[in-house]
Amino acid sequence: MTDGTQAPAAEPAAPVDEELRALAAVPGVTLARRELGELVAEARREAAFGLLKTLRDQFAFQQVVDICGVDYPERAERFDIVYNLLSVTRNARVRVIIRTDETHPVASVSSLWPCAPWWEREIWDLFGVRFDGLEDHRRILTDYGFEGYPLRKDFPLTGYVEVRYDEDRKEVVYDKVRLTQEFRNFDFLSPWEGMTLLPGDEKVDRRHRP
Amino acid sequence: MSEALPHSKAYEVTTHTVNFGPQHPSAHGVMRLILEMDGEVIERCDPHVGLLHRGTEKLIEYKSYLQAVPYFDRLDYVSPMACEHAFALATEKLLGVQAPERAQWIRVMFAEITRVLNHLLNVGHFALDCGAISPSLWMYEEREKLLIFHEHASGARFHANYFRPGGVSRDLPAGMEAGIREWTEQFPAFLDEMDKLLSGSPVVKQRAVDIGVISAADALAWGFTGPSLRGSGVAWDLRRAQPYDKYAEVEFEVPVGRHGDSYDRYLVRMAEMRESVKIIRQALDKIKPGPVKVQDRKITPPTRGEMKHSMEALIHHFKLYTEGYHVPAGATYTAVEAPKGEFAVYLQADGTNRPYRCKIRPTGFSHLQAAETLCKGHMLADMVAILGSLDIVFGEIDR
Repeated sequence: MTDGTQAPAAEPAAPVDEELRALAAVPGVTLARRELGELVAEARREAAFGLLKTLRDQFAFQQVVDICGVDYPERAERFDIVYNLLSVTRNARVRVIIRTDETHPVASVSSLWPCAPWWEREIWDLFGVRFDGLEDHRRILTDYGFEGYPLRKDFPLTGYVEVRYDEDRKEVVYDKVRLTQEFRNFDFLSPWEGMTLLPGDEKVDRRHRP
Repeated sequence: MSEALPHSKAYEVTTHTVNFGPQHPSAHGVMRLILEMDGEVIERCDPHVGLLHRGTEKLIEYKSYLQAVPYFDRLDYVSPMACEHAFALATEKLLGVQAPERAQWIRVMFAEITRVLNHLLNVGHFALDCGAISPSLWMYEEREKLLIFHEHASGARFHANYFRPGGVSRDLPAGMEAGIREWTEQFPAFLDEMDKLLSGSPVVKQRAVDIGVISAADALAWGFTGPSLRGSGVAWDLRRAQPYDKYAEVEFEVPVGRHGDSYDRYLVRMAEMRESVKIIRQALDKIKPGPVKVQDRKITPPTRGEMKHSMEALIHHFKLYTEGYHVPAGATYTAVEAPKGEFAVYLQADGTNRPYRCKIRPTGFSHLQAAETLCKGHMLADMVAILGSLDIVFGEIDR
């Protein structure tokens, strides 16, 4: 989880993790941790560009293999932007996570890696996060003239429009989406094993429970 | 009338725009390229992708982990099992389980069979793009033999749904290992024949040598992985550098090119097929009978036979195929060396039975992005050879 409050509890307390320590010392990193053995750095949005530049130049992370977004609508800064970097010379990976919202743009890393623009366009397309300094800010995956940001959690799976061929107009037209069968979304979070806390349980002091 | 505007100046527009695709056999799928041409020479090249976008990542957020597997077959439909592999490994990592030995060997074997399948199609189509029609037909014939293995193991020729979190869906049928071994014995001869036919062919060389050159540093910066990166001389292979499943226990070479042109990328693929055959042989030698799934009934279903007389098995089966298993909260970026390069899944679990976010890292996305750099200054016909040498499949690029 990217929740900053979660302590890296399941870490092996073996020798001091030099890599982790070095990463934590880079300016801009607010929290460095290992998750399932993978290096993760959380950073402030303003410091992200400098941090990524340092990682590229001093830590030899030559490649940004992936940039993606994650949406947490309940948070004030609802989006995580996740950079996955790879170093082929040191055989290492690192993940940098920053937070942003709908209004605050993120500094584009297209000047650091020429392959970044498409990843950033994709995030703009699917999440609606703007990138400062990205020259080509078109949508990339969705249709020409598409509206909305489909990977946001509040965007319905079915979308809003559907395409069909209109025999009279002899062209493809957009219609409001009509489902012949209602969209079924099963809630499997049964109180028996899915949830850890039942409604009303929060009143009980958890320490006294067996 | 002589008072012409002082700054007016006549320009002769020498470039013209060509729309390539989205329905073009050489586009390897549905891609639209807007080419700005100066005569026959490409000045600018703007790929429009997304015509095959099906919202896979969004769909997976609404499916249980098991239901998400078949979507991966439909990403890179030329190498379906390699895509499943990444998802299976990512889920296993979050679950904290490891597939049993036999399952890992089967996965290695089929990942390599998939690699050969992919390279056969790519090399064949690359030859087709260069003007040679018959090699691709012969390669289809060879692919058919491998697809029979696919079908016998998983029940489907392409959309296998075979690599599942916790192992593989079922054991290999009797006699299959012998069949695969027999294939490994005759296949190198076919490769030799193709090598003789294509690698030395002046037509292929004229179309591919020094076409679409990218240096090692550029290839890295552009996010190249797999054969496209190795063609530029970077010996980077995830099977070697960050081995998963049983790759640490097999021996193979990592072929690299030197010039980073289309021809080297083609040669790397040809050499990789031979290495794959080596890996398959080693897997056949080392594979032993045993379970093919994690023996935890909370993750993998019981057998049919068990369900007939065990109430508990029946409950497990019912729970697994309705609710599915809950994956502990966490995130992982798990990559595999797919035939085209690094195929990865960034999987974010929130403790429920569905992924919170499943980002798929397609291999061709970064390769295609470099199309402009690679094509600039080349002829229109060269662009086709360059795209063919990058091995692009739109199922995964567009997701």
